[in-house]
Amino acid sequence: MSDNLPKNNIFKVIGASSLGTLIEWYDFYIFGSLAVIIGHQLFPEDAGASALINTLAIFAAGFIVRPFGALVFGRLGDLIGRKYTFLLTLVLMGGSTFFIGLIPSYKSIGYAAPILVLILRLIQGLALGGEYGGAATYVAEHAPKNKRGFFTSWIQTTATLGLFLSLGIIVITKNILGAETFGDWGWRIPFLLSIVLVVVSIYIRMKMHESPLFSKLKAEGNISKNPLKESFNNKANFKMVLLALFGATMGQGVIWYTGQFYAQSFLENTCKLDFNDSRYILLWGIAFATPFFVVFGAWSDKVGRKWIMLSGMLLGILFYRPIYQIFLDDTDYTKIEQADILSATPAPVTAVLMQNSTDSLRTVSTQVRLKNGASFNSIHVDTVSATKGTLLGKEIIKDKVLPTPVFWKFVGLIFFQILLVTMVYGPIAAFLVELFPTKIRYTSMSLPYHIGNGVFGGLVPFIATLIASFSGATPLSGLWYPIGVAALSLVIGTIYLSNKRDEKIND
Amino acid sequence: MNTLKKFLGLFWMVLGPLTMTFLFIQAIDKVGLTHTDIERTNTILQWAIILFIFFPISLGLMIFGFYAWKGEYEHLPESSEEL
Repeated sequence: MSDNLPKNNIFKVIGASSLGTLIEWYDFYIFGSLAVIIGHQLFPEDAGASALINTLAIFAAGFIVRPFGALVFGRLGDLIGRKYTFLLTLVLMGGSTFFIGLIPSYKSIGYAAPILVLILRLIQGLALGGEYGGAATYVAEHAPKNKRGFFTSWIQTTATLGLFLSLGIIVITKNILGAETFGDWGWRIPFLLSIVLVVVSIYIRMKMHESPLFSKLKAEGNISKNPLKESFNNKANFKMVLLALFGATMGQGVIWYTGQFYAQSFLENTCKLDFNDSRYILLWGIAFATPFFVVFGAWSDKVGRKWIMLSGMLLGILFYRPIYQIFLDDTDYTKIEQADILSATPAPVTAVLMQNSTDSLRTVSTQVRLKNGASFNSIHVDTVSATKGTLLGKEIIKDKVLPTPVFWKFVGLIFFQILLVTMVYGPIAAFLVELFPTKIRYTSMSLPYHIGNGVFGGLVPFIATLIASFSGATPLSGLWYPIGVAALSLVIGTIYLSNKRDEKIND
Repeated sequence: MNTLKKFLGLFWMVLGPLTMTFLFIQAIDKVGLTHTDIERTNTILQWAIILFIFFPISLGLMIFGFYAWKGEYEHLPESSEEL
Protein backbone atom coordinates (compact mmCIF):
# COMPACT_ATOMS: atom_id res chain seq x y z
CA MET A 1 0.00 0.00 0.00
CA SER A 2 1.35 3.40 -0.86
CA ASP A 3 1.79 5.98 1.91
CA ASN A 4 0.97 8.92 -0.39
CA LEU A 5 -2.55 7.81 -1.14
CA PRO A 6 -5.72 8.19 0.89
CA LYS A 7 -5.93 5.19 3.18
CA ASN A 8 -9.15 3.55 4.08
CA ASN A 9 -9.31 1.54 7.20
CA ILE A 10 -8.96 -2.02 5.87
CA PHE A 11 -12.02 -3.21 7.77
CA LYS A 12 -14.12 -0.42 6.24
CA VAL A 13 -12.83 -1.51 2.85
CA ILE A 14 -13.74 -5.11 3.55
CA GLY A 15 -17.13 -4.13 5.00
CA ALA A 16 -18.14 -1.92 2.07
CA SER A 17 -16.89 -4.36 -0.56
CA SER A 18 -18.36 -7.40 1.14
CA LEU A 19 -21.79 -5.91 1.73
CA GLY A 20 -22.25 -5.01 -1.93
CA THR A 21 -20.92 -8.36 -3.11
CA LEU A 22 -23.13 -10.20 -0.62
CA ILE A 23 -26.18 -8.37 -1.96
CA GLU A 24 -25.22 -9.22 -5.53
CA TRP A 25 -24.94 -12.90 -4.62
CA TYR A 26 -28.26 -12.67 -2.80
CA ASP A 27 -29.88 -11.23 -5.93
CA PHE A 28 -28.32 -13.89 -8.07
CA TYR A 29 -29.31 -16.83 -5.88
CA ILE A 30 -32.93 -16.12 -4.99
CA PHE A 31 -33.76 -17.18 -8.53
CA GLY A 32 -32.17 -20.61 -8.03
CA SER A 33 -33.69 -21.06 -4.58
CA LEU A 34 -37.14 -20.46 -6.04
CA ALA A 35 -36.64 -22.42 -9.27
CA VAL A 36 -39.59 -24.77 -8.72
CA ILE A 37 -42.08 -21.96 -7.94
CA ILE A 38 -40.77 -19.71 -10.72
CA GLY A 39 -41.07 -22.66 -13.13
CA HIS A 40 -44.81 -22.86 -12.35
CA GLN A 41 -45.20 -19.10 -12.90
CA LEU A 42 -43.26 -18.83 -16.17
CA PHE A 43 -44.37 -21.91 -18.07
CA PRO A 44 -47.67 -23.63 -18.95
CA GLU A 45 -49.22 -25.68 -16.14
CA ASP A 46 -48.86 -28.93 -18.10
CA ALA A 47 -45.13 -28.41 -18.76
CA GLY A 48 -44.25 -30.80 -15.90
CA ALA A 49 -40.55 -31.63 -15.42
CA SER A 50 -39.53 -29.60 -18.46
CA ALA A 51 -40.68 -26.42 -16.63
CA LEU A 52 -38.07 -27.09 -13.95
CA ILE A 53 -35.36 -27.92 -16.49
CA ASN A 54 -36.20 -24.80 -18.53
CA THR A 55 -36.18 -22.65 -15.39
CA LEU A 56 -32.81 -24.15 -14.46
CA ALA A 57 -31.69 -23.30 -18.01
CA ILE A 58 -32.72 -19.65 -17.46
CA PHE A 59 -30.94 -19.79 -14.09
CA ALA A 60 -27.90 -21.22 -15.90
CA ALA A 61 -28.05 -18.47 -18.56
CA GLY A 62 -27.15 -15.99 -15.83
CA PHE A 63 -24.01 -18.01 -15.16
CA ILE A 64 -23.12 -18.40 -18.81
CA VAL A 65 -22.92 -14.64 -19.41
CA ARG A 66 -20.82 -14.02 -16.31
CA PRO A 67 -17.54 -14.33 -18.26
CA PHE A 68 -18.81 -11.69 -20.73
CA GLY A 69 -19.60 -9.42 -17.77
CA ALA A 70 -16.08 -10.10 -16.54
CA LEU A 71 -14.69 -8.92 -19.88
CA VAL A 72 -16.90 -5.83 -20.19
CA PHE A 73 -16.65 -4.62 -16.60
CA GLY A 74 -13.14 -5.97 -16.06
CA ARG A 75 -12.01 -3.78 -18.94
CA LEU A 76 -13.88 -0.80 -17.45
CA GLY A 77 -12.33 -1.50 -14.04
CA ASP A 78 -8.82 -1.50 -15.50
CA LEU A 79 -9.57 1.70 -17.46
CA ILE A 80 -11.64 3.94 -15.16
CA GLY A 81 -11.04 2.32 -11.78
CA ARG A 82 -12.39 -0.32 -9.44
CA LYS A 83 -14.74 1.86 -7.40
CA TYR A 84 -17.00 3.27 -10.13
CA THR A 85 -17.13 -0.01 -12.02
CA PHE A 86 -18.50 -2.01 -9.18
CA LEU A 87 -20.94 0.76 -8.31
CA LEU A 88 -22.34 0.34 -11.80
CA THR A 89 -22.59 -3.44 -11.48
CA LEU A 90 -24.48 -3.01 -8.21
CA VAL A 91 -27.09 -0.74 -9.83
CA LEU A 92 -27.58 -3.14 -12.76
CA MET A 93 -27.91 -6.13 -10.47
CA GLY A 94 -30.35 -4.47 -8.06
CA GLY A 95 -32.48 -3.07 -10.88
CA SER A 96 -32.81 -6.33 -12.79
CA THR A 97 -33.61 -8.30 -9.62
CA PHE A 98 -36.32 -5.80 -8.71
CA PHE A 99 -37.88 -6.07 -12.17
CA ILE A 100 -37.91 -9.90 -12.04
CA GLY A 101 -40.18 -9.45 -9.04
CA LEU A 102 -42.59 -7.44 -11.21
CA ILE A 103 -42.81 -9.75 -14.26
CA PRO A 104 -46.38 -11.03 -14.86
CA SER A 105 -46.88 -14.81 -14.99
CA TYR A 106 -47.31 -17.05 -18.05
CA LYS A 107 -51.08 -16.96 -17.50
CA SER A 108 -51.07 -13.17 -18.05
CA ILE A 109 -48.57 -12.62 -20.87
CA GLY A 110 -47.70 -16.09 -22.21
CA TYR A 111 -44.16 -16.79 -23.36
CA ALA A 112 -43.23 -13.11 -22.96
CA ALA A 113 -42.87 -13.94 -19.24
CA PRO A 114 -39.93 -16.38 -19.52
CA ILE A 115 -38.35 -14.25 -22.28
CA LEU A 116 -38.40 -11.08 -20.11
CA VAL A 117 -37.05 -13.01 -17.13
CA LEU A 118 -34.31 -14.45 -19.33
CA ILE A 119 -33.26 -10.93 -20.42
CA LEU A 120 -33.18 -9.69 -16.81
CA ARG A 121 -31.32 -12.83 -15.79
CA LEU A 122 -28.68 -12.11 -18.45
CA ILE A 123 -28.24 -8.57 -17.05
CA GLN A 124 -27.84 -10.10 -13.58
CA GLY A 125 -25.14 -12.41 -14.91
CA LEU A 126 -23.28 -9.57 -16.64
CA ALA A 127 -23.39 -7.47 -13.48
CA LEU A 128 -22.13 -10.27 -11.27
CA GLY A 129 -19.38 -10.98 -13.80
CA GLY A 130 -18.14 -7.45 -13.21
CA GLU A 131 -18.70 -7.30 -9.47
CA TYR A 132 -16.70 -10.09 -7.91
CA GLY A 133 -13.36 -9.44 -9.59
CA GLY A 134 -13.64 -5.77 -8.65
CA ALA A 135 -14.39 -6.44 -5.00
CA ALA A 136 -11.65 -9.07 -4.63
CA THR A 137 -9.11 -6.87 -6.42
CA TYR A 138 -10.14 -3.83 -4.39
CA VAL A 139 -9.66 -5.63 -1.06
CA ALA A 140 -6.43 -7.38 -2.13
CA GLU A 141 -4.92 -4.09 -3.27
CA HIS A 142 -5.57 -2.62 0.19
CA ALA A 143 -4.32 -5.67 2.12
CA PRO A 144 -0.80 -6.15 3.54
CA LYS A 145 1.12 -8.82 1.58
CA ASN A 146 1.30 -11.38 4.39
CA LYS A 147 -2.43 -11.20 5.09
CA ARG A 148 -3.86 -11.14 1.60
CA GLY A 149 -5.47 -14.56 1.96
CA PHE A 150 -7.01 -13.60 5.29
CA PHE A 151 -8.46 -10.29 4.13
CA THR A 152 -9.77 -11.49 0.77
CA SER A 153 -11.36 -14.51 2.46
CA TRP A 154 -13.97 -12.12 3.88
CA ILE A 155 -15.02 -11.37 0.31
CA GLN A 156 -15.14 -15.14 -0.21
CA THR A 157 -17.72 -15.56 2.55
CA THR A 158 -20.15 -13.29 0.68
CA ALA A 159 -21.27 -15.82 -1.92
CA THR A 160 -22.25 -18.35 0.74
CA LEU A 161 -23.75 -15.65 2.97
CA GLY A 162 -25.71 -14.33 -0.02
CA LEU A 163 -27.13 -17.82 -0.45
CA PHE A 164 -27.83 -17.96 3.30
CA LEU A 165 -29.63 -14.62 3.18
CA SER A 166 -31.68 -15.64 0.16
CA LEU A 167 -32.73 -18.93 1.79
CA GLY A 168 -33.49 -17.19 5.09
CA ILE A 169 -35.66 -14.49 3.52
CA ILE A 170 -37.48 -17.07 1.39
CA VAL A 171 -38.22 -19.32 4.39
CA ILE A 172 -39.36 -16.38 6.56
CA THR A 173 -41.56 -14.94 3.79
CA LYS A 174 -43.12 -18.32 3.06
CA ASN A 175 -43.80 -19.06 6.73
CA ILE A 176 -45.41 -15.64 7.25
CA LEU A 177 -47.60 -15.76 4.12
CA GLY A 178 -48.35 -19.49 3.98
CA ALA A 179 -47.43 -21.88 1.16
CA GLU A 180 -50.37 -21.01 -1.11
CA THR A 181 -49.98 -17.21 -1.00
CA PHE A 182 -46.22 -17.57 -1.34
CA GLY A 183 -46.62 -19.72 -4.46
CA ASP A 184 -49.18 -17.27 -5.83
CA TRP A 185 -47.44 -13.88 -5.38
CA GLY A 186 -45.33 -14.01 -2.18
CA TRP A 187 -42.30 -15.34 -4.08
CA ARG A 188 -41.93 -11.84 -5.56
CA ILE A 189 -41.11 -10.26 -2.19
CA PRO A 190 -37.48 -11.51 -1.95
CA PHE A 191 -36.87 -10.00 -5.43
CA LEU A 192 -38.51 -6.66 -4.61
CA LEU A 193 -36.68 -6.43 -1.29
CA SER A 194 -33.40 -6.33 -3.19
CA ILE A 195 -33.84 -2.67 -4.14
CA VAL A 196 -33.68 -1.62 -0.48
CA LEU A 197 -30.48 -3.61 0.11
CA VAL A 198 -28.88 -2.19 -3.02
CA VAL A 199 -29.64 1.44 -2.11
CA VAL A 200 -27.99 0.93 1.30
CA SER A 201 -24.93 -0.67 -0.33
CA ILE A 202 -24.58 2.09 -2.94
CA TYR A 203 -24.67 4.72 -0.20
CA ILE A 204 -21.84 2.95 1.66
CA ARG A 205 -19.76 2.37 -1.46
CA MET A 206 -20.07 5.97 -2.63
CA LYS A 207 -18.02 6.96 0.41
CA MET A 208 -15.11 4.67 -0.46
CA HIS A 209 -11.88 5.79 -2.12
CA GLU A 210 -10.36 4.30 -5.24
CA SER A 211 -7.87 1.42 -4.80
CA PRO A 212 -4.42 2.84 -3.85
CA LEU A 213 -2.57 0.70 -6.40
CA PHE A 214 -4.90 1.72 -9.23
CA SER A 215 -4.69 5.41 -8.17
CA LYS A 216 -0.89 5.15 -8.20
CA LEU A 217 -0.89 3.64 -11.68
CA LYS A 218 -3.28 6.34 -12.87
CA ALA A 219 -1.19 9.11 -11.34
CA GLU A 220 1.88 7.72 -13.08
CA GLY A 221 -0.02 7.39 -16.38
CA ASN A 222 0.59 3.64 -16.44
CA ILE A 223 -2.94 2.32 -16.68
CA SER A 224 -3.56 -0.13 -19.47
CA LYS A 225 -4.85 1.37 -22.73
CA ASN A 226 -6.37 -1.91 -23.86
CA PRO A 227 -6.72 -4.40 -20.99
CA LEU A 228 -8.42 -7.05 -23.13
CA LYS A 229 -5.59 -7.05 -25.64
CA GLU A 230 -2.96 -7.09 -22.92
CA SER A 231 -4.72 -9.87 -21.03
CA PHE A 232 -5.39 -12.25 -23.87
CA ASN A 233 -3.04 -11.24 -26.67
CA ASN A 234 -0.01 -11.53 -24.46
CA LYS A 235 0.94 -15.21 -24.45
CA ALA A 236 2.68 -15.06 -21.08
CA ASN A 237 -0.50 -13.73 -19.51
CA PHE A 238 -2.98 -15.80 -21.51
CA LYS A 239 -1.28 -19.06 -20.56
CA MET A 240 -1.76 -18.09 -16.90
CA VAL A 241 -5.44 -17.36 -17.57
CA LEU A 242 -5.78 -20.91 -18.98
CA LEU A 243 -3.86 -22.43 -16.09
CA ALA A 244 -6.00 -20.58 -13.53
CA LEU A 245 -9.12 -21.87 -15.27
CA PHE A 246 -8.22 -25.53 -15.77
CA GLY A 247 -6.02 -25.98 -12.70
CA ALA A 248 -8.10 -24.16 -10.10
CA THR A 249 -11.33 -22.28 -10.83
CA MET A 250 -12.97 -25.07 -12.84
CA GLY A 251 -12.68 -27.56 -9.94
CA GLN A 252 -13.49 -24.90 -7.38
CA GLY A 253 -16.69 -24.01 -9.27
CA VAL A 254 -18.15 -27.52 -9.30
CA ILE A 255 -17.28 -28.11 -5.63
CA TRP A 256 -19.00 -24.84 -4.71
CA TYR A 257 -22.22 -25.53 -6.59
CA THR A 258 -22.46 -29.21 -5.70
CA GLY A 259 -22.07 -28.57 -1.99
CA GLN A 260 -24.62 -25.81 -1.82
CA PHE A 261 -26.94 -25.70 -4.82
CA TYR A 262 -27.07 -29.25 -6.10
CA ALA A 263 -27.31 -30.52 -2.53
CA GLN A 264 -30.43 -28.45 -1.94
CA SER A 265 -31.92 -29.37 -5.31
CA PHE A 266 -31.20 -33.07 -4.64
CA LEU A 267 -32.80 -33.01 -1.18
CA GLU A 268 -35.88 -31.21 -2.45
CA ASN A 269 -36.45 -32.77 -5.86
CA THR A 270 -34.89 -36.24 -5.65
CA CYS A 271 -35.27 -37.08 -1.95
CA LYS A 272 -38.61 -35.19 -1.86
CA LEU A 273 -37.88 -33.47 1.43
CA ASP A 274 -40.28 -30.90 2.78
CA PHE A 275 -39.59 -27.31 1.51
CA ASN A 276 -38.62 -26.02 4.95
CA ASP A 277 -36.58 -29.07 5.98
CA SER A 278 -34.39 -28.95 2.85
CA ARG A 279 -33.68 -25.25 3.44
CA TYR A 280 -33.16 -25.50 7.20
CA ILE A 281 -30.57 -28.22 6.64
CA LEU A 282 -28.66 -25.98 4.26
CA LEU A 283 -29.01 -22.94 6.51
CA TRP A 284 -27.49 -24.80 9.47
CA GLY A 285 -24.73 -26.26 7.32
CA ILE A 286 -23.83 -22.80 5.99
CA ALA A 287 -23.96 -21.23 9.46
CA PHE A 288 -21.50 -23.79 10.88
CA ALA A 289 -19.14 -23.84 7.89
CA THR A 290 -18.89 -20.16 6.89
CA PRO A 291 -16.17 -19.23 9.46
CA PHE A 292 -13.87 -21.72 7.73
CA PHE A 293 -13.57 -19.44 4.67
CA VAL A 294 -11.55 -17.12 6.88
CA VAL A 295 -9.69 -20.03 8.55
CA PHE A 296 -8.52 -21.46 5.21
CA GLY A 297 -7.87 -18.00 3.74
CA ALA A 298 -5.61 -17.11 6.69
CA TRP A 299 -3.95 -20.55 6.64
CA SER A 300 -3.15 -20.09 2.94
CA ASP A 301 -1.05 -17.04 3.89
CA LYS A 302 1.20 -19.43 5.80
CA VAL A 303 1.27 -22.66 3.75
CA GLY A 304 0.35 -21.42 0.26
CA ARG A 305 -2.92 -21.60 -1.64
CA LYS A 306 -2.43 -24.63 -3.89
CA TRP A 307 -2.68 -27.65 -1.62
CA ILE A 308 -5.60 -26.35 0.42
CA MET A 309 -7.65 -25.85 -2.74
CA LEU A 310 -6.66 -29.17 -4.30
CA SER A 311 -7.36 -31.10 -1.06
CA GLY A 312 -10.91 -29.76 -1.13
CA MET A 313 -11.33 -31.06 -4.68
CA LEU A 314 -9.90 -34.48 -3.80
CA LEU A 315 -12.24 -34.90 -0.81
CA GLY A 316 -15.22 -33.98 -3.00
CA ILE A 317 -14.25 -36.56 -5.61
CA LEU A 318 -13.93 -39.27 -2.93
CA PHE A 319 -16.99 -38.50 -0.81
CA TYR A 320 -19.77 -37.11 -3.02
CA ARG A 321 -21.25 -40.45 -4.05
CA PRO A 322 -21.24 -41.97 -0.53
CA ILE A 323 -22.82 -38.78 0.89
CA TYR A 324 -25.62 -38.64 -1.69
CA GLN A 325 -26.23 -42.39 -1.30
CA ILE A 326 -26.86 -41.72 2.41
CA PHE A 327 -29.30 -38.94 1.46
CA LEU A 328 -31.20 -41.41 -0.70
CA ASP A 329 -31.13 -44.32 1.79
CA ASP A 330 -32.24 -42.25 4.77
CA THR A 331 -35.19 -40.70 2.91
CA ASP A 332 -36.45 -43.97 1.46
CA TYR A 333 -39.83 -44.43 3.15
CA THR A 334 -41.13 -47.03 0.71
CA LYS A 335 -40.24 -49.98 2.95
CA ILE A 336 -41.63 -48.84 6.28
CA GLU A 337 -43.47 -51.42 8.38
CA GLN A 338 -47.05 -50.96 9.61
CA ALA A 339 -45.72 -51.11 13.18
CA ASP A 340 -43.63 -47.95 12.54
CA ILE A 341 -46.70 -45.83 11.72
CA LEU A 342 -48.04 -43.61 14.47
CA SER A 343 -50.95 -42.17 12.52
CA ALA A 344 -52.26 -41.95 8.95
CA THR A 345 -54.68 -39.07 8.31
CA PRO A 346 -56.38 -39.12 4.91
CA ALA A 347 -57.19 -35.81 3.21
CA PRO A 348 -60.47 -35.38 1.28
CA VAL A 349 -60.39 -37.37 -1.98
CA THR A 350 -60.38 -35.23 -5.12
CA ALA A 351 -61.45 -36.32 -8.59
CA VAL A 352 -60.83 -34.48 -11.88
CA LEU A 353 -62.42 -35.41 -15.22
CA MET A 354 -59.76 -36.04 -17.89
CA GLN A 355 -59.91 -33.94 -21.08
CA ASN A 356 -61.70 -35.58 -24.06
CA SER A 357 -62.51 -38.66 -21.99
CA THR A 358 -65.12 -40.09 -19.65
CA ASP A 359 -62.35 -41.27 -17.30
CA SER A 360 -61.33 -39.25 -14.28
CA LEU A 361 -58.24 -38.94 -12.08
CA ARG A 362 -58.76 -39.60 -8.39
CA THR A 363 -56.18 -38.25 -5.94
CA VAL A 364 -55.96 -39.89 -2.53
CA SER A 365 -53.59 -38.09 -0.19
CA THR A 366 -52.66 -39.34 3.29
CA GLN A 367 -50.54 -37.54 5.87
CA VAL A 368 -48.47 -40.27 7.56
CA ARG A 369 -46.65 -39.81 10.86
CA LEU A 370 -44.06 -42.30 12.03
CA LYS A 371 -43.16 -43.20 15.60
CA ASN A 372 -39.58 -41.93 15.13
CA GLY A 373 -40.85 -38.38 14.46
CA ALA A 374 -40.73 -38.49 10.65
CA SER A 375 -43.74 -37.64 8.50
CA PHE A 376 -44.64 -37.52 4.83
CA ASN A 377 -47.49 -37.22 2.37
CA SER A 378 -48.47 -40.42 0.57
CA ILE A 379 -50.29 -39.65 -2.68
CA HIS A 380 -52.05 -42.07 -5.02
CA VAL A 381 -53.35 -40.77 -8.34
CA ASP A 382 -55.72 -43.47 -9.68
CA THR A 383 -57.57 -43.54 -12.99
CA VAL A 384 -61.28 -44.23 -12.60
CA SER A 385 -62.67 -45.60 -15.84
CA ALA A 386 -66.32 -46.36 -16.60
CA THR A 387 -65.30 -49.32 -18.77
CA LYS A 388 -62.09 -50.66 -17.14
CA GLY A 389 -62.82 -49.96 -13.46
CA THR A 390 -60.20 -48.33 -11.24
CA LEU A 391 -56.56 -48.43 -12.32
CA LEU A 392 -54.38 -47.87 -9.27
CA GLY A 393 -51.54 -45.40 -9.77
CA LYS A 394 -48.07 -45.58 -8.30
CA GLU A 395 -47.61 -44.21 -4.78
CA ILE A 396 -45.80 -40.84 -4.62
CA ILE A 397 -44.17 -39.92 -1.34
CA LYS A 398 -43.34 -36.25 -0.84
CA ASP A 399 -43.03 -33.43 1.72
CA LYS A 400 -40.88 -35.69 3.88
CA VAL A 401 -39.98 -34.36 7.32
CA LEU A 402 -36.96 -36.09 8.84
CA PRO A 403 -36.69 -37.44 12.38
CA THR A 404 -34.42 -35.22 14.49
CA PRO A 405 -31.28 -37.48 14.50
CA VAL A 406 -31.44 -37.87 10.69
CA PHE A 407 -32.01 -34.12 10.27
CA TRP A 408 -28.78 -33.37 12.16
CA LYS A 409 -26.95 -36.14 10.31
CA PHE A 410 -27.92 -34.38 7.07
CA VAL A 411 -26.79 -31.03 8.52
CA GLY A 412 -23.43 -32.71 9.23
CA LEU A 413 -23.16 -34.03 5.67
CA ILE A 414 -24.02 -30.62 4.20
CA PHE A 415 -21.57 -29.00 6.63
CA PHE A 416 -18.85 -31.32 5.33
CA GLN A 417 -19.64 -30.39 1.73
CA ILE A 418 -19.56 -26.67 2.55
CA LEU A 419 -16.29 -27.22 4.43
CA LEU A 420 -14.89 -28.45 1.11
CA VAL A 421 -16.29 -25.28 -0.47
CA THR A 422 -14.39 -23.19 2.08
CA MET A 423 -11.17 -25.08 1.27
CA VAL A 424 -11.40 -24.48 -2.49
CA TYR A 425 -12.95 -21.02 -2.30
CA GLY A 426 -11.40 -19.36 0.78
CA PRO A 427 -7.89 -18.90 -0.72
CA ILE A 428 -8.82 -18.50 -4.39
CA ALA A 429 -9.23 -14.70 -4.51
CA ALA A 430 -5.70 -14.18 -3.17
CA PHE A 431 -4.44 -16.90 -5.53
CA LEU A 432 -5.95 -15.15 -8.58
CA VAL A 433 -4.91 -11.64 -7.53
CA GLU A 434 -1.30 -12.79 -7.16
CA LEU A 435 -1.32 -14.36 -10.60
CA PHE A 436 -1.81 -11.12 -12.57
CA PRO A 437 -0.31 -7.59 -12.60
CA THR A 438 -2.28 -4.56 -11.38
CA LYS A 439 -2.97 -2.87 -14.69
CA ILE A 440 -4.82 -5.86 -16.17
CA ARG A 441 -5.74 -7.66 -12.94
CA TYR A 442 -9.49 -6.93 -12.97
CA THR A 443 -9.84 -8.27 -16.52
CA SER A 444 -7.43 -11.20 -16.24
CA MET A 445 -8.62 -12.70 -12.96
CA SER A 446 -12.32 -12.16 -13.64
CA LEU A 447 -12.46 -14.29 -16.78
CA PRO A 448 -11.09 -17.60 -15.43
CA TYR A 449 -13.00 -17.07 -12.21
CA HIS A 450 -16.34 -16.61 -13.97
CA ILE A 451 -15.81 -19.42 -16.48
CA GLY A 452 -14.75 -21.76 -13.68
CA ASN A 453 -17.20 -20.71 -11.02
CA GLY A 454 -20.03 -19.42 -13.20
CA VAL A 455 -20.03 -21.76 -16.18
CA PHE A 456 -18.62 -25.04 -14.84
CA GLY A 457 -20.08 -24.51 -11.38
CA GLY A 458 -23.30 -22.76 -12.25
CA LEU A 459 -24.23 -25.48 -14.68
CA VAL A 460 -24.01 -28.22 -12.00
CA PRO A 461 -27.74 -28.20 -11.08
CA PHE A 462 -28.79 -28.03 -14.76
CA ILE A 463 -26.39 -30.64 -16.17
CA ALA A 464 -26.62 -32.99 -13.18
CA THR A 465 -30.44 -32.88 -13.30
CA LEU A 466 -30.31 -33.45 -17.06
CA ILE A 467 -27.95 -36.45 -16.73
CA ALA A 468 -30.12 -37.94 -13.98
CA SER A 469 -33.15 -37.71 -16.32
CA PHE A 470 -31.54 -39.89 -19.02
CA SER A 471 -33.01 -43.34 -19.46
CA GLY A 472 -31.00 -45.89 -17.47
CA ALA A 473 -29.56 -43.19 -15.19
CA THR A 474 -29.71 -43.51 -11.41
CA PRO A 475 -30.38 -40.58 -9.06
CA LEU A 476 -26.62 -40.44 -8.42
CA SER A 477 -25.63 -40.32 -12.11
CA GLY A 478 -25.70 -36.51 -12.14
CA LEU A 479 -22.75 -36.47 -9.74
CA TRP A 480 -20.42 -37.73 -12.45
CA TYR A 481 -20.35 -34.21 -13.89
CA PRO A 482 -18.87 -32.43 -10.82
CA ILE A 483 -16.69 -35.44 -9.98
CA GLY A 484 -15.26 -35.57 -13.52
CA VAL A 485 -14.59 -31.82 -13.72
CA ALA A 486 -13.04 -31.73 -10.24
CA ALA A 487 -10.83 -34.72 -11.08
CA LEU A 488 -9.57 -33.04 -14.26
CA SER A 489 -8.85 -29.82 -12.37
CA LEU A 490 -7.13 -31.76 -9.58
CA VAL A 491 -4.75 -33.47 -12.02
CA ILE A 492 -3.92 -30.23 -13.88
CA GLY A 493 -3.56 -28.23 -10.66
CA THR A 494 -1.32 -30.84 -9.02
CA ILE A 495 1.03 -31.06 -11.98
CA TYR A 496 1.11 -27.51 -13.32
CA LEU A 497 0.34 -25.08 -10.45
CA SER A 498 3.01 -23.62 -8.21
CA ASN A 499 2.52 -23.23 -4.47
CA LYS A 500 4.71 -20.13 -4.36
CA ARG A 501 3.03 -16.83 -3.62
CA ASP A 502 3.76 -13.60 -5.46
CA GLU A 503 4.05 -11.23 -2.50
CA LYS A 504 4.60 -8.16 -4.63
CA ILE A 505 1.33 -7.37 -6.39
CA ASN A 506 1.79 -3.61 -6.80
CA ASP A 507 3.26 -3.88 -10.29
CA MET B 1 8.02 -33.29 -13.75
CA ASN B 2 8.70 -31.10 -16.80
CA THR B 3 8.60 -34.17 -19.07
CA LEU B 4 5.28 -35.19 -17.55
CA LYS B 5 3.91 -31.65 -18.04
CA LYS B 6 5.04 -31.72 -21.66
CA PHE B 7 3.63 -35.13 -22.58
CA LEU B 8 0.38 -34.57 -20.75
CA GLY B 9 0.06 -31.53 -23.04
CA LEU B 10 -0.58 -33.99 -25.89
CA PHE B 11 -3.34 -35.59 -23.84
CA TRP B 12 -5.05 -32.23 -23.19
CA MET B 13 -4.81 -31.40 -26.88
CA VAL B 14 -6.64 -34.62 -27.73
CA LEU B 15 -9.08 -34.37 -24.82
CA GLY B 16 -10.56 -31.08 -26.12
CA PRO B 17 -11.88 -32.45 -29.47
CA LEU B 18 -12.77 -35.80 -27.85
CA THR B 19 -15.00 -34.03 -25.33
CA MET B 20 -16.72 -32.08 -28.09
CA THR B 21 -17.27 -35.23 -30.16
CA PHE B 22 -18.71 -37.03 -27.14
CA LEU B 23 -21.07 -34.13 -26.38
CA PHE B 24 -22.14 -33.88 -30.02
CA ILE B 25 -22.96 -37.60 -30.19
CA GLN B 26 -24.87 -37.34 -26.90
CA ALA B 27 -26.83 -34.36 -28.25
CA ILE B 28 -27.87 -36.23 -31.41
CA ASP B 29 -28.74 -39.31 -29.37
CA LYS B 30 -30.88 -37.48 -26.81
CA VAL B 31 -32.69 -35.33 -29.38
CA GLY B 32 -33.44 -38.51 -31.36
CA LEU B 33 -35.03 -40.13 -28.31
CA THR B 34 -37.65 -37.39 -27.86
CA HIS B 35 -41.27 -38.17 -28.66
CA THR B 36 -43.19 -34.91 -28.95
CA ASP B 37 -42.45 -31.59 -30.65
CA ILE B 38 -42.33 -29.63 -27.37
CA GLU B 39 -40.00 -32.23 -25.85
CA ARG B 40 -37.80 -32.07 -28.96
CA THR B 41 -37.64 -28.24 -28.89
CA ASN B 42 -36.67 -28.33 -25.22
CA THR B 43 -34.02 -30.99 -25.74
CA ILE B 44 -32.51 -29.19 -28.73
CA LEU B 45 -32.39 -25.96 -26.71
CA GLN B 46 -30.74 -27.67 -23.73
CA TRP B 47 -28.08 -29.36 -25.84
CA ALA B 48 -27.50 -26.25 -27.94
CA ILE B 49 -26.68 -24.40 -24.70
CA ILE B 50 -24.27 -27.15 -23.63
CA LEU B 51 -22.50 -27.29 -27.01
CA PHE B 52 -22.33 -23.50 -27.28
CA ILE B 53 -20.65 -23.25 -23.89
CA PHE B 54 -18.28 -26.17 -24.07
CA PHE B 55 -17.00 -25.60 -27.61
CA PRO B 56 -14.81 -22.57 -26.71
CA ILE B 57 -13.78 -24.23 -23.44
CA SER B 58 -12.62 -27.34 -25.34
CA LEU B 59 -10.71 -25.05 -27.66
CA GLY B 60 -9.12 -23.46 -24.58
CA LEU B 61 -8.11 -26.90 -23.32
CA MET B 62 -6.45 -27.61 -26.66
CA ILE B 63 -4.50 -24.34 -26.47
CA PHE B 64 -3.56 -25.16 -22.87
CA GLY B 65 -2.29 -28.56 -24.07
CA PHE B 66 -0.36 -26.90 -26.89
CA TYR B 67 1.34 -24.50 -24.45
CA ALA B 68 2.15 -27.42 -22.14
CA TRP B 69 3.61 -29.41 -25.05
CA LYS B 70 5.74 -26.40 -26.04
CA GLY B 71 7.11 -26.24 -22.48
CA GLU B 72 5.42 -22.93 -21.56
CA TYR B 73 4.59 -24.24 -18.07
CA GLU B 74 8.06 -25.56 -17.24
CA HIS B 75 8.82 -22.34 -15.43
CA LEU B 76 5.94 -20.42 -13.90
CA PRO B 77 6.42 -16.72 -13.21
CA GLU B 78 7.29 -16.12 -9.56
CA SER B 79 6.42 -12.45 -9.71
CA SER B 80 4.08 -10.36 -11.84
CA GLU B 81 7.14 -8.72 -13.39
CA GLU B 82 7.78 -11.90 -15.34
CA LEU B 83 4.43 -11.69 -17.09
